[in-house]
Amino acid sequence: MTAYALRRLLLAVPVLFGVSVLVFLVVSLIPGDPALAILGTFATPENVAKLNAELGLDRPLPVRFVMWLKGVLTGDLGRSYALDRPVAEEVMDRLGPTLILASAALGLSVFFGIAAGVVSAVRQNTRLDGAIRLLLLVGVSTPSFFLGIMLIQALSARLGLFPTGGMTSLFGSGGLADLAHHLVLPAVTLAVVATAIVGRIARASMLEVLRQDFIRTARAKGLTEERVIGVHALKSALVAVVPVIGLQAGYVLGGAVYVETVFQWPGVGRMLVEAIGRRDILLAQGGVLAIAALYVLVNIATDLVQAALDPRIRR
Amino acid sequence: MTARGLLRQPLAATGLAVVATLVLLALAAPLLPLPDPDLAEPARRLQPPLSGFGALGTDQLGRDVLSRLVWGLRVSLAVGAAATLAATVVGSAIGLVAAFYGRWVDGVMMRAIDVLMAFPYLLLALAVVAALGPGLANAAIAIAVANVPFFARAVRGAALGVVGRDYVDAARIAGLSDRSILVTEILPNVLPLIVVTAATTIGWMILETAGLSFLGLGAQPPQSDLGSMLADGRKALTTAPHVAAAPGLAIFLLAVGLNLLGDGLRDLLDPRLDAGRGGAPAAATDVERGDAREAEQSGEGALVVAGLTTAFDTPSGRHAAVRDVSFALPRGGSLGIMGESGSGKSVTALSICRLAASPPGVIVDGVVSLAGEDVLAAPVERLREIRGARVAYVFQDPSTTLNPLMPVGRQIAEAVSAHGAARRAETVDEARRLIEAVELPDPDRIASAYPHELSGGQRQRVGIAMALAGEPDVLIADEPTTALDATTQATVLRLFSDLRSRLGASLVFVSHDVSVIEAMCERVAVMYAGEIVEEGPTAAVLSEPRHPYTARLVACTPRLGEPDRALDPIEGAPPPIDGRPKGCAFAPRCRLAIDPCRAAPIRLEPVADDRAARCIRWEDVSLGRA
Repeated sequence: MTAYALRRLLLAVPVLFGVSVLVFLVVSLIPGDPALAILGTFATPENVAKLNAELGLDRPLPVRFVMWLKGVLTGDLGRSYALDRPVAEEVMDRLGPTLILASAALGLSVFFGIAAGVVSAVRQNTRLDGAIRLLLLVGVSTPSFFLGIMLIQALSARLGLFPTGGMTSLFGSGGLADLAHHLVLPAVTLAVVATAIVGRIARASMLEVLRQDFIRTARAKGLTEERVIGVHALKSALVAVVPVIGLQAGYVLGGAVYVETVFQWPGVGRMLVEAIGRRDILLAQGGVLAIAALYVLVNIATDLVQAALDPRIRR
Repeated sequence: MTARGLLRQPLAATGLAVVATLVLLALAAPLLPLPDPDLAEPARRLQPPLSGFGALGTDQLGRDVLSRLVWGLRVSLAVGAAATLAATVVGSAIGLVAAFYGRWVDGVMMRAIDVLMAFPYLLLALAVVAALGPGLANAAIAIAVANVPFFARAVRGAALGVVGRDYVDAARIAGLSDRSILVTEILPNVLPLIVVTAATTIGWMILETAGLSFLGLGAQPPQSDLGSMLADGRKALTTAPHVAAAPGLAIFLLAVGLNLLGDGLRDLLDPRLDAGRGGAPAAATDVERGDAREAEQSGEGALVVAGLTTAFDTPSGRHAAVRDVSFALPRGGSLGIMGESGSGKSVTALSICRLAASPPGVIVDGVVSLAGEDVLAAPVERLREIRGARVAYVFQDPSTTLNPLMPVGRQIAEAVSAHGAARRAETVDEARRLIEAVELPDPDRIASAYPHELSGGQRQRVGIAMALAGEPDVLIADEPTTALDATTQATVLRLFSDLRSRLGASLVFVSHDVSVIEAMCERVAVMYAGEIVEEGPTAAVLSEPRHPYTARLVACTPRLGEPDRALDPIEGAPPPIDGRPKGCAFAPRCRLAIDPCRAAPIRLEPVADDRAARCIRWEDVSLGRA
């Protein structure tokens, strides 16, 4: 297992390198002069040339890439011109809230998705199964940005059950309870689609496993149905569900963009949208790189969990 | 055919209706009597629906919401469809080329795809918008780019299966150019997959382009789509929720419709992708006996089966796979059930503990009596107590019958603790003792091994150890050695029979193998097409068959020490489950068949002391003549 984990970590290095190349290229290929955008009304030809030299933009592409890569490795992602602050600092500040939101949403979707899928499969072709399948289908089709707005309108504005946005109260008790109170609606909103997808896969995978011979063996041994389903079938089904959970982690990290915007959550997603709107390219670049790197780590974690479940993988 | 197939699925038909309505509405926008969607009349801002200012009221600028909705839908649909088309074409082309040229072309393309897939989906789209700048066309490009990897991977996978086929080689030899091979030979074969992938992702793409517009990165004023309408409406949410609700619900409805339609298309064009198809077997086979029967008390029988009939529910109706099977197994006795595959022997064996897969299996008649208790009438909890402790199974092919994710020691320990010792240490000791009992070397290593780390013979010994764990009164072995090579088979059989006699358990041994039955069983029941056709002491039945099928089965078995014996295969095949003949099921393949054989069902009649056969010409049957 340790050997497998090390190999998997090593495999991530070229992918991370590829990711950084891509992020760099996307930004470098932007038509137009970034210095022009930064300087705005102060963009005299001399100023533009001076800033380009300062930023190293007058050098050839490969040289700029090496400079950029060196910066990335030393934690220097440049400076956000709009915020007048190092990109790395801003990204680090924003990463925490996004992690809180995304992990809460992923936790909800894993728990409820698997529960729904298992119940639906075990009670296949009953009314309960039909109801769960319909709910999952509706869930998959729900635009999170619309759901978020409606939840705010119904539960926050009308009923006052939850705050309408933000991560903490401005003048409140603060602490974990306050954070949890703010977290409920955004986390639920972000979790809906992922829950539905995990649920559909869990159901299909469970049905597939329940047909296997070893389930019959487990029943022939006289094991309780709880043990047949909860231990034998569920573990096998999870082997197929875990990669989908990994994919959903990606969806949740991306979907956080909508939810953070709707709920004014101070995370990377909202920062990205603002940065792109202001053409604050370096900040956008830093945000994308941070989330992509995080996702690469999530994928490694996914593979390790899968290998821990299935001894045939970790050879 | 496709259209009719879709309409037959109620959900897919609903999806089709929803999508068709919305598409028609969008297409007909210029023809509909709608006010100008951009005409602002500040005098009547934010009027609620049905207030006399348009069916859906007006927005902050006094514009007609219904009209804006229809025109916005038109934009969203067009942009989503364009993005889907672009992603489909580019992604499929990459997949096809990578699969067709292989080697470094494939390597480079797939590594690039890997890097793209290392980004969370929406983030990739955002990065592209960041580079190109906000705008509807750029948003569509971004969503297309984010989806290209899915198409490329799926199409490459499918195309790889086609590239190696003979007809592709034939086309190459015929001198067709690469391009025409790709277009005329490979593309048609992967087209269903492309259509399915497009159909199942278009909903997403429409939703995500609307999402980018909602964030202000897509449609820019004065242009508007459903997403930007939603963003506008959000600003007046508290006073006029309808302005946001209308486009939001439209996006939702469109996505539901497209997903229903996509699922339907997938089921129709590529059923393999629908893993949820077919039923998962329940804890016990359904029993639907017409009138409750009394368990027939039988003094000396450890296991008495009477009139057992197990049917399968198929699309063409319910058909019996096992019909009217009866036998009695004395305490310590052994019975072989012999027959070809499909003869119903396994279903018979599984029905005893209601382990036949259900659905489709249903036990429709008969009694299984275990020391006087009717197993078929027992509640599931009682059945659980019987399984493993009173009746234990050893299955065919232990590579699929052991749980691949659990060390075998734990699987044995589980069988122990299901019926007794609750303390963990005790069960572990007992599992170790069982592993030793089945003569596996190094019990501790074996206990911690996973099934895939053991050989076939070792796995089968584990299967036997599991069956012995509950010290059962009856052992049921379903082709236990069929997957093993001849030498392993012999040693495993010897071990099995030693352990059984030590335990004093009765045995039901299911096999197609005449010589194995001969070695293991005192009595034999020969099954054909779901019925017992002959039953009696093994030696007598095999040496002097009284049913033509038994005779033919023996005649086509090679025997050790008789190298010159001519093997005589049985022509034809057993009848299908839904096409059993009216008379004798074997008549179509029987050389002795006469008209009365085909006229009516034949009864199982006593033919000698302790023997029965289901043949009216049993007196004419002999090994030489059948």
